[in-house]
Amino acid sequence: MASYIPSTHPERQAMLRAVGVESLRELYRDVPEAMYLEDGALNIPEGLSEAEVCRKVTAMAAKNHVFPTVLRGAGAYDHYIPSIVKYIPAKEEFLTAYTPYQAEMSQGILQSIFEYQTDICELTGMDVSNASVYDGASAAAEAAAMCRDRKRRVTLISGAAHPDTINTVRTYCYGTNDELRVIPVKDGKTDLEALRGLLTADVASVYVQQPNFFGLFEDTEELGKLTHEAGAMYILGCNPIALAIMKTPAEQGADIAVGEGQPLGMPLSYGGPYLGFMATTTKHMRKLPGRIVGQTVDAKGERAFVLSLQAREQHIRREKASSNICSNQALCALTAGLYMSAMGAEGMAEAARQSMAKAHYLANALCALPGVSMKYSGAYFHEFVTVMPKSEEVLRALEEAEILGGLPVEGGILWCATEKVTREELDRAVSIVKEVLSA
Amino acid sequence: MKLIFEKSVPGRSHQYLPKCDVDGVRLPENLSRTHAPKLPELSETDLSRHYTELNRNVHGVNSGFYPLGSCTMKYNPRINEEMAALPGFTGIHPLAPAHTTRGAQEVLEVSRQLLCEITGMDDMTFQPAAGAHGEFAGVLLIKQYHHARGDFKRTKIIVPDSAHGTNPATAAMCGYTVVNIPSAPNGCVDLEALKQVLGEDTAGLMLTNPNTVGIFDENILEITRLVHEAGGLCYYDGANLNAVMGVVRPGDMGFDCVHLNLHKTFSTPHGGGGPGSGAVGCKAHLAPFLPKSAMMDEGEHIQVRSFAGNFLVVVKAMTYILTLGREGIPEAAKNAVLNANYLQAKLKGTFTPAFDRICMHEFVLDLSSFRKETGVSALDVAKTLIDYGMHPPTMYFPLIVHEALMLEPTETESVETLDWAAEVLRKLYALAYEDPEYMHNAPHNAQIARPDEVRAARNPILRYQA
Repeated sequence: MASYIPSTHPERQAMLRAVGVESLRELYRDVPEAMYLEDGALNIPEGLSEAEVCRKVTAMAAKNHVFPTVLRGAGAYDHYIPSIVKYIPAKEEFLTAYTPYQAEMSQGILQSIFEYQTDICELTGMDVSNASVYDGASAAAEAAAMCRDRKRRVTLISGAAHPDTINTVRTYCYGTNDELRVIPVKDGKTDLEALRGLLTADVASVYVQQPNFFGLFEDTEELGKLTHEAGAMYILGCNPIALAIMKTPAEQGADIAVGEGQPLGMPLSYGGPYLGFMATTTKHMRKLPGRIVGQTVDAKGERAFVLSLQAREQHIRREKASSNICSNQALCALTAGLYMSAMGAEGMAEAARQSMAKAHYLANALCALPGVSMKYSGAYFHEFVTVMPKSEEVLRALEEAEILGGLPVEGGILWCATEKVTREELDRAVSIVKEVLSA
Repeated sequence: MKLIFEKSVPGRSHQYLPKCDVDGVRLPENLSRTHAPKLPELSETDLSRHYTELNRNVHGVNSGFYPLGSCTMKYNPRINEEMAALPGFTGIHPLAPAHTTRGAQEVLEVSRQLLCEITGMDDMTFQPAAGAHGEFAGVLLIKQYHHARGDFKRTKIIVPDSAHGTNPATAAMCGYTVVNIPSAPNGCVDLEALKQVLGEDTAGLMLTNPNTVGIFDENILEITRLVHEAGGLCYYDGANLNAVMGVVRPGDMGFDCVHLNLHKTFSTPHGGGGPGSGAVGCKAHLAPFLPKSAMMDEGEHIQVRSFAGNFLVVVKAMTYILTLGREGIPEAAKNAVLNANYLQAKLKGTFTPAFDRICMHEFVLDLSSFRKETGVSALDVAKTLIDYGMHPPTMYFPLIVHEALMLEPTETESVETLDWAAEVLRKLYALAYEDPEYMHNAPHNAQIARPDEVRAARNPILRYQA
């Protein structure tokens, strides 16, 4: 058993004397007798040495199966992560520091966030980014909350957004007793005509995901125009890798750009830690929730970074704050900034182009098989839905061949390819599908 | 130091990807980016040195003493990091077939059982990513509970004025009106004030115990009984659980639900502000309302973020709890309390404690009379500490103490460190009478001098522009 407590028994006795008590029990004099747990009463296993705990936890990890080939995305994407991106965030100072409240001791963290904010502004074309929030889904929910005012309370969300995002936004709306309406989907995309009908005078914002859950590019500019004509705010949820080659959310008309930052150097990790990025225009800057780092000067006139615009936040405004968030995913933001710097604009564009090319190669090869077709006809990025018979058998056969196939979704399979998979792996996957279908 | 953008040289880069081995596909013209984002262009050497330079300008728990009250800056064991970095954990897709992720499910199940036992709860979720996020999920449990019983008249959440700002902000996010109640002179809940606001419109009470001044509320059973009698539920803010883990359980105090900060109490690193994990536990009557993922779970549930939460953080916390075990968990709590009391005792005769008595894992100093005498503020003391390589205590919190400095040494500090910290604080106490000007201008040897925060807020510069 290791407890990481340095004090020895004699030291503790001396400390107790200095405090003026006889025993540790005496320090808990305010705890009612009936609820005080005597020694050994806590019903959990006895402690372990580091060697034992290492063996035990390693055995748990070994019960997971890591697929060398991943053709599944749906909100978590298996991109190549440069070695340096894995190494640097493990440095102990970055790792073990708290939120940078004391700027004089935290310039490294503050600057890394300032650099991350700049990267996100560059990527999205927006003016202002916050220091990140928990993940893409909560970023969408926070963005929707930003848009509500006294008159406009309703949030509209595309039915082609990620189901976890829709459900998270719904939950935040339930919190503030506000209404969420889901815009119907037509041919795998947000139904423009349906949106027209839903845009009443009480709509605060419209959320659209680009590319959407099915991998399709939405007609975001049209959707944005309609939204703005109705006086509502337009929120785009974007894939950050796609942003390396795609028109910026700003150019697509977004008032707020958010997204899941996991593809920016974070491993799949069974769903987390990830990060949500969030950026907006100067006009809405003071409504942006979360931590924001700003540049200023110190008493000697030198450049310095601080947590800024804190008048928006809960520790000042308490129940009048628009959000209770008081942290960011700092280490993930550092990772994302590092990833973007390592890859550079060209490297990220290459990852995007290759992901898209490989997804199209896979789609074409699958659809060349008898009985397989694309469910939707629109332009897509690195995910697509196929319709095929024997879906379950296909996925099982792929799994046996060490390939994590696409995700079963209503009426088909949602596939994903990234720059990480090779043509050889794709060919192998297709031949397995072929075998199952022809059996 | 220079920004990474100021070190950028056009054309400099490193090749991480192979050549594309399939035919290229063009993005439709109307969707294509017109100009590349201006991301930095550096060699890998320069990139590595840039971040190493940044890292030098960070004070972590590993760098030195970090008595930041209410944040539980205990040592973050390396073994936890090694376990969370195992490819068997980092390489698994959240939506992979369940039979291929049995190890991950075991981590969540083992952690659930351990933490339910430690808190006295019946069930737990790991979806919330931080303490405030856990508060949001937890108060939504209370809301759903009342609604499911057809009880829509409960519109108020009671919060003591000593509470962390997230408590009222959370209640507001959950659609509740916040009722602030004043604390009794001893910093605990004023029972009469509580009785006055309890009623048919009470949805619940949010409370930290030990509270934010580091005192265990001896009336806790009476408090939770009164709230329950009025038909409300009791929410335990786990920010201060490190004082009592394994010693007394929120469930036994009468709480219905609780959020934990795995990044405080259970030793996972804060990462400069996150990722953390705000696990939420509850009694059986609230379990049906726990958040789940629309993608990973069946049925309709609330959800506060995607998938199962910050899974790797849970791996670290589980590793820690398995290491400490039955004896180690309460031992850690008791030594955290001992260290706080020892440091408080060593400061006798200098700064005045806000409540002069045995404390729990942290204590608050009240510098208001000291400031009147010397002109030196809590902020000045905090900033001077930086020159000594000590991270300042939490300042100006809780709000019920003026000129507050809140110290939480944690159990992983040695007696030498505490003696040293006491000596430094004594020195500063004396210095304030001799040379207050020096302290007004501190720090003198830090990364930067005091930053101009007003200027940062008035003329926001939130990104680099060439």
